[in-house]
Amino acid sequence: MIVTILDIVIAGLLLGGLYALIAMGLSLQYGVARVFNISHGEFIMLGGMTTWTLYTMFHINPLVCLAICGPLAFILGYVIHRTLFKRLLTSSESPGAFESSSMLASFGLLFIIQNMASLYWGPEIRGYSYLAIPVNLAGALFGANRLVTLGCAIAIGLAFYLFVARTRTGKAIRAAAQDPTTAGLMGVNINNVLALCFGLGAAMAGIAGMLISMCYPVNVAMGLEYTIIAMIVVVVGGLGSIPGSFIGGFMLGLIGSIVSYIDPGLSLVAYYLIFILLLLVRPTGILGK
Amino acid sequence: MWRPGLLLAILVLLASLRLYASTYTVILVTSILMYIILTQSWVLFSGPTRYISLASAAFFGVGIYSAAVLGMHLPLPVVVIAGALASSCLALFVGALTLRLRGIYFAMFTFGLVELIKHLLLWYEIKFTGTRGRFVVLVDNNTIYYLMLATLVALLLVAYFIRRSKYGLALQSIGEDEEAAAHTGVNVTAVKVITFAISASFMGAAGAIIATRWTYVDPYIAFKSLFSFMPVLMAIFGGMGQFYGPVLGSAVFAYLEEVLITRFPYHYMLLFGVILMIAILYLPDGLVGLVQRLRRGGWARGQHANT
Amino acid sequence: MPILEGDGVTKHFGGLAAVSRVDFKVEEGEIVGLIGPNGAGKTTLFNLISGALVPKDGTISFKGQKIDGLKPHRICRMGLARTFQSVKVFANMSALQNVLLGSLFGTSTGMSSADAVSEAEKALEFVGLSEASSIPAKGLTLADQKQLEVASALATKPELLLLDELMAGLNAPEVAEAMELVARIHDRGITIFMIEHVMKAIMNVCDRIMVLHHGEKIAEGTPQEIASSKTVIEVYLGE
Repeated sequence: MIVTILDIVIAGLLLGGLYALIAMGLSLQYGVARVFNISHGEFIMLGGMTTWTLYTMFHINPLVCLAICGPLAFILGYVIHRTLFKRLLTSSESPGAFESSSMLASFGLLFIIQNMASLYWGPEIRGYSYLAIPVNLAGALFGANRLVTLGCAIAIGLAFYLFVARTRTGKAIRAAAQDPTTAGLMGVNINNVLALCFGLGAAMAGIAGMLISMCYPVNVAMGLEYTIIAMIVVVVGGLGSIPGSFIGGFMLGLIGSIVSYIDPGLSLVAYYLIFILLLLVRPTGILGK
Repeated sequence: MWRPGLLLAILVLLASLRLYASTYTVILVTSILMYIILTQSWVLFSGPTRYISLASAAFFGVGIYSAAVLGMHLPLPVVVIAGALASSCLALFVGALTLRLRGIYFAMFTFGLVELIKHLLLWYEIKFTGTRGRFVVLVDNNTIYYLMLATLVALLLVAYFIRRSKYGLALQSIGEDEEAAAHTGVNVTAVKVITFAISASFMGAAGAIIATRWTYVDPYIAFKSLFSFMPVLMAIFGGMGQFYGPVLGSAVFAYLEEVLITRFPYHYMLLFGVILMIAILYLPDGLVGLVQRLRRGGWARGQHANT
Repeated sequence: MPILEGDGVTKHFGGLAAVSRVDFKVEEGEIVGLIGPNGAGKTTLFNLISGALVPKDGTISFKGQKIDGLKPHRICRMGLARTFQSVKVFANMSALQNVLLGSLFGTSTGMSSADAVSEAEKALEFVGLSEASSIPAKGLTLADQKQLEVASALATKPELLLLDELMAGLNAPEVAEAMELVARIHDRGITIFMIEHVMKAIMNVCDRIMVLHHGEKIAEGTPQEIASSKTVIEVYLGE
């Protein structure tokens, strides 16, 4: 009995850590760069698939891939923002128009990334085994890979939260999220900060993808579901609140783990039910304004 | 605007298609008509109100599944109406829930809706019916064609009358400034929800009709986010303001898909994604808007094309 | 019975009280002014009255019926119209279409399209914009857009009109024109409640004035009383 509960809790924390990461990334992109990035899940997929390739073909340790996927995703995100979204920003007649057109552009991006990935990797489901050694915790056995993933997700999530809350760049980010014009007047290089945040959000997605690949199988179509989950977590936590996404991620992870135990096919349905409940009762979310 | 005589001529041409065209052409034109329905329905709501719906695939899929479930028991026209009704009920629910809130919630909810319904149906089928997917009653191509054509004509008539009525004005005002519209006496939530439901009903009808051609459907086949993507692509590329923008966009991409899908399944979707981005960046009023601007002589930003 | 009455109206944003326990009364046929330094809560109060916001506390009644918590379109159809500080017109719709929306949707009883069009044309004529009827609203000058907004509000056949800074951004002749428009609206029997910063206008036109500061009502009275009130002078000079 205790073992089952521990199993569910650990699985929930693991899922929660991953959800927190991807939700914080999306929240950063929407909260600061004001881009509702529908292709967020595709960056997760790229992180996962790249790690699979690096490990199975080049035998590079997945944990080392953290240092590769993160920066690569960041650069990709940064460049995409500087070229595509920046251009949309200047040609949009209002913030509302930019929100719509950037969302649609990211919809296009989703199809581009997913199909390029399909051309390269094919549609098969891939997986690899790394650190699948059982570890004994209070009488229950857990895969070391899952514990490592859990640890990494929480560590990165916390590090990121502290970065935004404590550092100077973090302050600039928060200022830009509040009021881009004033922040710009105060000497914050606004173009840079927006692209930086977008890139950072992409990096978190890439890292999350890499962590996911350590525990679960991956394939080129995996991104969509993660994007949807990230969206739900962001709403639950509160639109624009990064701490909210962190907490919301763990909440949903634990709920997902419990629901999966009862019936594995229903976790997305459960998340949507929470989504619906929130929209009815408190659309601003837990920590939203 | 197009003269009634021209429209009538086109209608006659289309109605008599099977007399002079090959079966392949009839099938192709049916696909084009289906896409026009999806795109024009999408534009009916998302065009004037600027609330971007990403749920077209959900309504289309509900229509498909209605045909799969009911096709064996009921005559086809009834099935089509059932599909339309089921989709509009879903839309009423989604609309009542999310259209009271900011547009971003609506976009998010509609985006995930396709996956949600897919998961629900899969779960239900595995748990209760034990089957995966269903077989659909076969119907001949000509019947499918005429049903699709009739549905499109109905849609165009409905869209026309809405635009000319005070509700067309209300829809446009919602897109321009929703708060001002509400203060001028427009019940913005009701107008949005009802229009959304109407647009969904036509998508459901189209789904119910086309399902009979696919013979076998399962949740993966019926609920593809591609069908949320295509109407958006076609509308933006063709031009959202004019009546014939979506028609143009649909024809172009339906034909391209037909030509490319067998040999280049991933390439064509990639291409479409690229075209969407280019259209968003460089063709704000779509192809139709571009032609209009060129006609007026010069690249100066023309008026928002919306008659 | 006053046409508009507010009792203990309160609204918070986050931790800040934007409007705090404000009581107000507007009698039928009056022109009441609402003044106060920037950020005093004037527009928030209007938003609470028109239904754009819901008060945290207190009640608001219009013609004896409770309106706080009602949706804006319901309140409009009851006979309460408003204009906005940031001129809200439907940019890509023609001037006539802008006003037509009001006559089609905003009146307490509906009317046929033909009647609505003629009502809209009359409203445009009343504000002096008949020639501009087919010009898209974004092509009008600021002063004309403000008049268009007033025409749209008038087309809903209001008994009470809330004007939010009608004269902001206007030059001297435009201000005089606006003041004259307010007088003509008043002559029609419509009660007016107006926020203004242009003191000359407020003092000349209003029967009574209310003063808000930091969300609270600090003074109320005739223009003479307000002009000589020490509290009010301090509040404005102290800014």
